Amino acid sequence: MAAQKESILDRPLNPLERRLLNDFQDGFPLTPRPFRTIAERVDSTESEVMTTIQHLQSQRLISRVGPVFRPNRVGASTLAAMEVPAERLQQVADMVSGYGEVNHNYEREHSLNLWFVVTAEDRASLHRVLKEIERRSGLEVIDLPMVEDFYINLGFPLQWS
Amino acid sequence: MELRELSQLVEPDPLDLALVQAIQGGLPLVEQPYAQIAGELNITEAEVIRRLRRLLETGDIRRLGVVVRHRELGYRANAMVVWDVPDDRVSEIGRLLGRQPCVTLCYRRPRRPGRWPYNLFCMIHGRSREGVLRNLERLIDECGLGWLPHDVLFSLRQFKQRGAKYIGDRDRAIDPAGQLSAGLT
Repeated sequence: MAAQKESILDRPLNPLERRLLNDFQDGFPLTPRPFRTIAERVDSTESEVMTTIQHLQSQRLISRVGPVFRPNRVGASTLAAMEVPAERLQQVADMVSGYGEVNHNYEREHSLNLWFVVTAEDRASLHRVLKEIERRSGLEVIDLPMVEDFYINLGFPLQWS
Repeated sequence: MELRELSQLVEPDPLDLALVQAIQGGLPLVEQPYAQIAGELNITEAEVIRRLRRLLETGDIRRLGVVVRHRELGYRANAMVVWDVPDDRVSEIGRLLGRQPCVTLCYRRPRRPGRWPYNLFCMIHGRSREGVLRNLERLIDECGLGWLPHDVLFSLRQFKQRGAKYIGDRDRAIDPAGQLSAGLT
Protein backbone atom coordinates (compact mmCIF):
# COMPACT_ATOMS: atom_id res chain seq x y z
CA MET A 1 0.00 0.00 0.00
CA ALA A 2 1.23 3.46 -0.84
CA ALA A 3 2.56 5.47 2.06
CA GLN A 4 -0.24 7.54 3.46
CA LYS A 5 0.18 10.86 5.12
CA GLU A 6 -0.71 10.33 8.72
CA SER A 7 -1.32 13.84 9.74
CA ILE A 8 -1.18 17.44 8.78
CA LEU A 9 2.55 17.35 9.49
CA ASP A 10 4.62 17.45 6.33
CA ARG A 11 6.83 14.67 7.65
CA PRO A 12 6.15 11.32 9.26
CA LEU A 13 5.83 11.32 13.02
CA ASN A 14 8.98 10.20 14.78
CA PRO A 15 8.99 7.29 17.25
CA LEU A 16 8.88 9.56 20.30
CA GLU A 17 5.91 11.48 18.92
CA ARG A 18 4.10 8.24 18.18
CA ARG A 19 4.67 6.90 21.65
CA LEU A 20 3.59 10.11 23.31
CA LEU A 21 0.44 10.22 21.18
CA ASN A 22 -0.50 6.60 21.66
CA ASP A 23 0.85 5.36 24.99
CA PHE A 24 -0.11 8.16 27.36
CA GLN A 25 -3.77 8.76 26.61
CA ASP A 26 -4.51 7.02 29.88
CA GLY A 27 -2.47 6.51 33.02
CA PHE A 28 -0.65 9.84 32.94
CA PRO A 29 1.83 9.62 35.83
CA LEU A 30 0.63 11.00 39.15
CA THR A 31 4.17 11.73 40.21
CA PRO A 32 5.53 15.15 41.17
CA ARG A 33 7.43 15.31 37.86
CA PRO A 34 5.22 13.38 35.44
CA PHE A 35 7.14 14.37 32.31
CA ARG A 36 10.31 12.98 33.83
CA THR A 37 8.48 9.74 34.65
CA ILE A 38 7.36 9.54 31.03
CA ALA A 39 10.88 10.30 29.84
CA GLU A 40 12.21 7.37 31.86
CA ARG A 41 9.68 5.08 30.22
CA VAL A 42 10.35 6.20 26.67
CA ASP A 43 14.10 6.54 27.07
CA SER A 44 14.15 10.29 26.59
CA THR A 45 14.65 13.37 28.71
CA GLU A 46 12.14 15.45 30.62
CA SER A 47 12.79 18.51 28.51
CA GLU A 48 12.54 16.58 25.25
CA VAL A 49 9.21 15.09 26.30
CA MET A 50 7.86 18.50 27.26
CA THR A 51 9.12 20.15 24.08
CA THR A 52 7.65 17.38 21.94
CA ILE A 53 4.25 17.62 23.62
CA GLN A 54 4.30 21.38 23.22
CA HIS A 55 5.15 20.94 19.55
CA LEU A 56 2.37 18.38 18.99
CA GLN A 57 0.00 20.78 20.66
CA SER A 58 1.02 23.71 18.50
CA GLN A 59 0.61 21.45 15.45
CA ARG A 60 -2.91 20.78 16.75
CA LEU A 61 -2.41 17.01 16.98
CA ILE A 62 -2.91 17.10 20.73
CA SER A 63 -5.76 19.05 22.19
CA ARG A 64 -4.38 18.99 25.72
CA VAL A 65 -2.85 16.81 28.36
CA GLY A 66 -5.49 16.49 30.98
CA PRO A 67 -8.60 14.80 32.26
CA VAL A 68 -11.56 13.35 30.41
CA PHE A 69 -14.52 13.48 32.77
CA ARG A 70 -17.31 11.00 33.10
CA PRO A 71 -20.20 12.58 31.24
CA ASN A 72 -22.88 14.25 33.33
CA ARG A 73 -20.83 13.74 36.45
CA VAL A 74 -19.71 17.29 36.62
CA GLY A 75 -22.31 19.70 35.32
CA ALA A 76 -24.92 18.72 32.76
CA SER A 77 -24.69 18.08 29.06
CA THR A 78 -26.77 16.98 26.14
CA LEU A 79 -26.63 16.18 22.44
CA ALA A 80 -28.96 18.39 20.45
CA ALA A 81 -30.14 18.04 16.86
CA MET A 82 -31.80 20.45 14.43
CA GLU A 83 -33.23 20.22 10.96
CA VAL A 84 -31.93 23.32 9.22
CA PRO A 85 -32.71 24.29 5.63
CA ALA A 86 -29.49 23.92 3.60
CA GLU A 87 -29.29 27.59 2.69
CA ARG A 88 -29.44 28.60 6.36
CA LEU A 89 -27.11 25.94 7.73
CA GLN A 90 -23.91 27.99 7.89
CA GLN A 91 -25.66 30.93 9.52
CA VAL A 92 -27.49 28.82 12.12
CA ALA A 93 -24.33 26.77 12.78
CA ASP A 94 -22.33 29.95 13.40
CA MET A 95 -25.00 31.21 15.78
CA VAL A 96 -24.92 27.89 17.68
CA SER A 97 -21.10 27.83 17.76
CA GLY A 98 -21.16 31.30 19.27
CA TYR A 99 -22.34 29.86 22.57
CA GLY A 100 -19.56 29.12 25.05
CA GLU A 101 -21.68 26.19 26.25
CA VAL A 102 -21.43 24.49 22.84
CA ASN A 103 -18.28 22.45 22.44
CA HIS A 104 -18.89 20.19 19.45
CA ASN A 105 -20.92 21.28 16.46
CA TYR A 106 -21.13 19.17 13.33
CA GLU A 107 -23.05 18.93 10.12
CA ARG A 108 -24.21 15.33 9.59
CA GLU A 109 -25.77 13.47 6.71
CA HIS A 110 -29.41 13.29 7.73
CA SER A 111 -32.54 15.41 7.54
CA LEU A 112 -31.54 16.36 11.10
CA ASN A 113 -28.37 17.93 9.77
CA LEU A 114 -26.95 19.94 12.66
CA TRP A 115 -25.71 18.12 15.77
CA PHE A 116 -24.08 19.80 18.73
CA VAL A 117 -23.13 19.11 22.32
CA VAL A 118 -24.10 21.59 25.00
CA THR A 119 -22.43 21.53 28.40
CA ALA A 120 -23.40 23.72 31.32
CA GLU A 121 -23.27 23.90 35.10
CA ASP A 122 -26.74 22.44 35.50
CA ARG A 123 -29.83 21.27 33.64
CA ALA A 124 -31.56 24.66 33.97
CA SER A 125 -28.76 26.61 32.27
CA LEU A 126 -28.67 23.91 29.61
CA HIS A 127 -32.37 24.36 28.88
CA ARG A 128 -32.02 28.11 28.72
CA VAL A 129 -29.41 27.74 25.97
CA LEU A 130 -31.55 25.26 23.99
CA LYS A 131 -34.63 27.49 24.27
CA GLU A 132 -32.69 30.54 23.20
CA ILE A 133 -31.31 28.74 20.14
CA GLU A 134 -34.89 27.73 19.24
CA ARG A 135 -36.10 31.27 19.62
CA ARG A 136 -33.27 32.85 17.66
CA SER A 137 -33.44 30.33 14.81
CA GLY A 138 -37.18 29.75 14.76
CA LEU A 139 -36.37 26.04 14.48
CA GLU A 140 -37.01 23.11 16.79
CA VAL A 141 -34.11 21.80 18.87
CA ILE A 142 -34.30 18.12 19.77
CA ASP A 143 -32.75 17.44 23.17
CA LEU A 144 -31.16 13.98 23.48
CA PRO A 145 -29.43 13.76 26.87
CA MET A 146 -27.41 10.71 27.73
CA VAL A 147 -29.40 8.17 29.74
CA GLU A 148 -26.81 5.45 30.14
CA ASP A 149 -23.15 5.18 29.22
CA PHE A 150 -21.76 1.89 27.96
CA TYR A 151 -18.29 2.90 26.94
CA ILE A 152 -15.14 2.77 29.01
CA ASN A 153 -13.05 5.53 27.51
CA LEU A 154 -9.44 4.47 27.68
CA GLY A 155 -8.32 6.55 24.76
CA PHE A 156 -8.12 6.00 21.08
CA PRO A 157 -5.73 3.36 19.71
CA LEU A 158 -3.78 4.89 16.84
CA GLN A 159 -2.62 2.72 13.98
CA TRP A 160 0.44 3.76 12.07
CA SER A 161 -0.03 2.30 8.60
CA MET B 1 -35.17 9.92 33.13
CA GLU B 2 -35.05 13.29 34.76
CA LEU B 3 -34.82 11.49 38.09
CA ARG B 4 -31.96 9.36 36.95
CA GLU B 5 -30.02 12.40 35.83
CA LEU B 6 -30.63 14.10 39.14
CA SER B 7 -29.51 11.05 41.07
CA GLN B 8 -26.12 11.32 39.41
CA LEU B 9 -25.59 14.81 40.67
CA VAL B 10 -24.34 13.98 44.12
CA GLU B 11 -23.11 17.03 45.95
CA PRO B 12 -19.46 17.37 44.96
CA ASP B 13 -16.74 18.40 47.34
CA PRO B 14 -15.92 22.13 46.85
CA LEU B 15 -12.21 21.45 46.63
CA ASP B 16 -12.81 18.76 44.00
CA LEU B 17 -14.84 21.29 42.03
CA ALA B 18 -12.03 23.82 42.25
CA LEU B 19 -9.61 21.15 41.11
CA VAL B 20 -11.84 20.22 38.16
CA GLN B 21 -12.04 23.86 37.23
CA ALA B 22 -8.28 24.24 37.43
CA ILE B 23 -7.50 21.25 35.20
CA GLN B 24 -10.45 21.01 32.80
CA GLY B 25 -8.53 22.90 30.12
CA GLY B 26 -5.45 20.75 30.58
CA LEU B 27 -2.52 20.42 32.95
CA PRO B 28 0.08 23.17 32.72
CA LEU B 29 3.10 22.04 30.67
CA VAL B 30 5.63 22.65 33.41
CA GLU B 31 7.99 20.32 35.22
CA GLN B 32 5.77 20.14 38.28
CA PRO B 33 2.20 20.62 37.05
CA TYR B 34 0.57 19.29 40.23
CA ALA B 35 2.60 21.65 42.38
CA GLN B 36 1.56 24.59 40.22
CA ILE B 37 -2.14 23.65 40.54
CA ALA B 38 -1.65 23.15 44.26
CA GLY B 39 -0.28 26.67 44.48
CA GLU B 40 -3.35 28.05 42.71
CA LEU B 41 -5.69 26.17 45.03
CA ASN B 42 -3.67 26.81 48.15
CA ILE B 43 -3.30 23.13 48.99
CA THR B 44 -0.32 20.80 48.89
CA GLU B 45 0.95 18.97 45.83
CA ALA B 46 0.35 15.68 47.64
CA GLU B 47 -3.28 16.69 48.19
CA VAL B 48 -3.75 17.44 44.47
CA ILE B 49 -2.30 14.05 43.55
CA ARG B 50 -4.36 12.27 46.19
CA ARG B 51 -7.59 13.87 44.99
CA LEU B 52 -6.81 13.16 41.34
CA ARG B 53 -6.11 9.54 42.19
CA ARG B 54 -9.43 9.28 44.00
CA LEU B 55 -11.38 10.95 41.16
CA LEU B 56 -9.79 8.43 38.80
CA GLU B 57 -10.69 5.54 41.10
CA THR B 58 -14.32 6.60 41.36
CA GLY B 59 -14.40 7.09 37.59
CA ASP B 60 -15.42 10.74 37.83
CA ILE B 61 -12.28 11.35 35.85
CA ARG B 62 -12.38 8.63 33.27
CA ARG B 63 -8.82 9.00 32.14
CA LEU B 64 -5.94 11.38 32.55
CA GLY B 65 -3.52 11.82 29.69
CA VAL B 66 -2.94 12.98 26.17
CA VAL B 67 -6.14 13.96 24.37
CA VAL B 68 -5.50 13.61 20.64
CA ARG B 69 -7.29 15.27 17.78
CA HIS B 70 -8.41 12.44 15.52
CA ARG B 71 -9.09 14.52 12.45
CA GLU B 72 -5.69 16.09 12.43
CA LEU B 73 -4.11 12.67 12.87
CA GLY B 74 -5.78 11.44 9.70
CA TYR B 75 -8.90 9.88 11.20
CA ARG B 76 -11.20 12.02 9.12
CA ALA B 77 -14.19 9.75 8.76
CA ASN B 78 -16.52 9.83 11.72
CA ALA B 79 -19.89 8.15 11.76
CA MET B 80 -22.55 8.35 14.39
CA VAL B 81 -24.33 5.02 14.16
CA VAL B 82 -27.76 5.01 15.76
CA TRP B 83 -29.90 1.98 16.60
CA ASP B 84 -33.51 1.36 17.54
CA VAL B 85 -33.19 -1.28 20.25
CA PRO B 86 -36.10 -2.75 22.25
CA ASP B 87 -35.97 -1.14 25.70
CA ASP B 88 -35.49 -4.43 27.52
CA ARG B 89 -32.36 -5.22 25.51
CA VAL B 90 -30.70 -1.83 25.22
CA SER B 91 -28.32 -2.24 28.19
CA GLU B 92 -27.12 -5.63 27.07
CA ILE B 93 -26.59 -4.53 23.46
CA GLY B 94 -25.07 -1.22 24.59
CA ARG B 95 -22.48 -3.05 26.68
CA LEU B 96 -21.73 -5.36 23.76
CA LEU B 97 -21.22 -2.43 21.36
CA GLY B 98 -19.17 -0.48 23.92
CA ARG B 99 -16.67 -3.34 24.02
CA GLN B 100 -16.00 -3.40 20.27
CA PRO B 101 -12.58 -1.99 19.39
CA CYS B 102 -13.88 0.17 16.52
CA VAL B 103 -16.48 1.84 18.74
CA THR B 104 -15.27 5.02 20.42
CA LEU B 105 -18.40 6.00 22.35
CA CYS B 106 -21.65 4.24 23.19
CA TYR B 107 -24.58 5.96 24.89
CA ARG B 108 -28.25 5.35 25.44
CA ARG B 109 -30.40 8.40 24.71
CA PRO B 110 -34.16 8.93 24.66
CA ARG B 111 -36.33 8.41 21.61
CA ARG B 112 -38.48 11.38 20.55
CA PRO B 113 -41.63 9.88 19.07
CA GLY B 114 -42.40 11.21 15.60
CA ARG B 115 -39.03 12.96 15.39
CA TRP B 116 -36.32 10.52 16.34
CA PRO B 117 -36.73 6.74 16.71
CA TYR B 118 -33.24 5.67 17.83
CA ASN B 119 -32.23 5.03 21.44
CA LEU B 120 -28.64 3.76 21.18
CA PHE B 121 -25.78 5.86 19.79
CA CYS B 122 -22.21 4.87 19.04
CA MET B 123 -19.35 6.53 17.23
CA ILE B 124 -17.04 4.82 14.79
CA HIS B 125 -13.91 6.66 13.67
CA GLY B 126 -11.72 5.68 10.76
CA ARG B 127 -9.28 6.93 8.18
CA SER B 128 -11.89 6.68 5.41
CA ARG B 129 -15.60 6.36 4.89
CA GLU B 130 -15.09 2.91 3.36
CA GLY B 131 -13.06 1.84 6.38
CA VAL B 132 -15.80 2.96 8.76
CA LEU B 133 -18.47 1.14 6.75
CA ARG B 134 -16.37 -2.03 6.63
CA ASN B 135 -15.94 -1.90 10.41
CA LEU B 136 -19.65 -1.38 10.84
CA GLU B 137 -20.47 -4.32 8.60
CA ARG B 138 -18.12 -6.57 10.53
CA LEU B 139 -19.56 -5.33 13.83
CA ILE B 140 -23.13 -6.04 12.71
CA ASP B 141 -22.07 -9.47 11.59
CA GLU B 142 -20.03 -10.42 14.64
CA CYS B 143 -22.52 -9.06 17.17
CA GLY B 144 -25.54 -10.47 15.31
CA LEU B 145 -27.24 -7.07 15.03
CA GLY B 146 -28.63 -7.48 11.52
CA TRP B 147 -32.17 -7.45 12.87
CA LEU B 148 -31.91 -4.00 14.44
CA PRO B 149 -33.05 -0.90 12.53
CA HIS B 150 -30.13 1.50 12.35
CA ASP B 151 -28.86 4.55 10.51
CA VAL B 152 -25.38 5.94 9.82
CA LEU B 153 -24.79 9.68 10.09
CA PHE B 154 -21.39 10.64 8.71
CA SER B 155 -20.07 14.01 9.73
CA LEU B 156 -19.67 16.60 7.00
CA ARG B 157 -18.61 20.05 8.11
CA GLN B 158 -17.06 20.49 11.53
CA PHE B 159 -18.20 23.86 12.79
CA LYS B 160 -16.76 23.71 16.27
CA GLN B 161 -14.72 21.29 18.30
CA ARG B 162 -13.16 21.83 21.66
CA GLY B 163 -12.99 20.35 25.11
CA ALA B 164 -16.11 20.60 27.21
CA LYS B 165 -16.14 23.34 29.77
CA TYR B 166 -18.19 22.25 32.73
CA ILE B 167 -17.65 25.07 35.11
CA GLY B 168 -17.52 28.71 34.17
CA ASP B 169 -14.02 30.04 34.52
CA ARG B 170 -13.43 32.74 36.96
CA ASP B 171 -9.72 33.04 36.78
CA ARG B 172 -8.42 30.63 34.16
CA ALA B 173 -8.81 30.67 30.43
CA ILE B 174 -9.85 27.37 28.92
CA ASP B 175 -7.84 25.90 26.10
CA PRO B 176 -9.98 26.58 23.03
CA ALA B 177 -8.45 23.65 21.18
CA GLY B 178 -10.69 20.72 20.43
CA GLN B 179 -10.73 17.22 21.74
CA LEU B 180 -12.61 14.22 20.60
CA SER B 181 -12.51 11.70 23.33
CA ALA B 182 -15.28 13.29 25.30
CA GLY B 183 -17.12 13.08 22.00
CA LEU B 184 -20.86 13.21 22.07
CA THR B 185 -21.57 13.61 25.71
